[in-house]
Amino acid sequence: MAEFNLPVNSIVKEGKYFKAPEGASNIRKFVIYRYDPSNDDNPSTDTYEVDMDTCGPMVLDALLKIKDEMDSTVALRRSCREGICGSCSMNIDGSNTLACTKAIDDIDGDVAVYPLPHQPIVKDLVSDLTNFYAQYASVEPWMKTDAPVSPDKERLQSKEDREKLDGLYECILCACCSTSCPSYWWNSDRYLGPAALLNAYRWINDSRDEATGERLDDLEDPFKLYRCHTIMNCAEACPKDLNPAKAIADIKHLMVKRKL
Amino acid sequence: MSWDDKRPMSPHLQVYKLPLTAKLSIMHRGTGAALFAGLILMVLVLASAAGGADSWASMQGFLSSWFGKLVLFGFTFALYYHLCNGIRHLAWDIGKGFELKEAAQSGKIVIGASVALTILTWLLA
Repeated sequence: MAEFNLPVNSIVKEGKYFKAPEGASNIRKFVIYRYDPSNDDNPSTDTYEVDMDTCGPMVLDALLKIKDEMDSTVALRRSCREGICGSCSMNIDGSNTLACTKAIDDIDGDVAVYPLPHQPIVKDLVSDLTNFYAQYASVEPWMKTDAPVSPDKERLQSKEDREKLDGLYECILCACCSTSCPSYWWNSDRYLGPAALLNAYRWINDSRDEATGERLDDLEDPFKLYRCHTIMNCAEACPKDLNPAKAIADIKHLMVKRKL
Repeated sequence: MSWDDKRPMSPHLQVYKLPLTAKLSIMHRGTGAALFAGLILMVLVLASAAGGADSWASMQGFLSSWFGKLVLFGFTFALYYHLCNGIRHLAWDIGKGFELKEAAQSGKIVIGASVALTILTWLLA
């Protein structure tokens, strides 16, 4: 049964306020989710006044400026700062996206920054994605073949077959889609979620893979696949403009097709 | 899903700005539940008609009161919305209409069509 409210220990309180340095005239407020595992306090939101005249254009620039100059205790994951590693995924201005590719100017009013929704929180903006990665591993995201091919030969694929992987292989596993999905919020123990299913389809759709039947058998389950109700939050959130909802529909389609 | 983690759960519905497609999805679930309740009302209407003139008169009294009309109006809208959005789901089932623009547009068409059909039904009835 879906639980719409947060557990008592997760209710967010009002936190501290950090003022901008003297003389700053171009100020934006960043409201950031904080949780410190070293005490028993509930999570809170701290507010930081950032001087935009000395800040880069992206939300990640502001977060790192805050961490460097105002409050070094803010914890977040980031690496490539150019939208390819998927580390800085978080909930910004009410939608999941990558902090490094989200322009501050695209947001009206105060900038609200929360961790990915409905996840256990390690610290501040760092959520525990163990379940998410386990679900990805469960779709066995590698090529499975029976036919032996000598190790010094490539497995060839026509241009048309290669194109079938476009829109699928680009996934960076940032978890923006899965953690934007209400169905995943209520059923993440049994529903695989958009990211794992998109990746399942990436291998189902690969002309070189020979385990299509097994892969479909594994997904033929009321929860693993069929908890998708085409809410479309996944495709709205994806920072790589992929469409997991379409990939899931295509899997459902194959399920029907192979029975006819 | 039960939450047996000692660590806090990050906010979800509390902070997420749901896109139109998500709101319409919630409405599809809501109207489905309303139709279920509405069908019970339909059974009661039939039972009252079978129960003779007196019971029918009291049911008719309820249905022609402002509250009864409101319930029937809501039921009509729920029926048309669930029907139109069901057709949208059929298109999705054959793999059509998944582009973000298409999904938003088909959603607006469903809203427009169900409002129009509801009003038309009440003008004709």
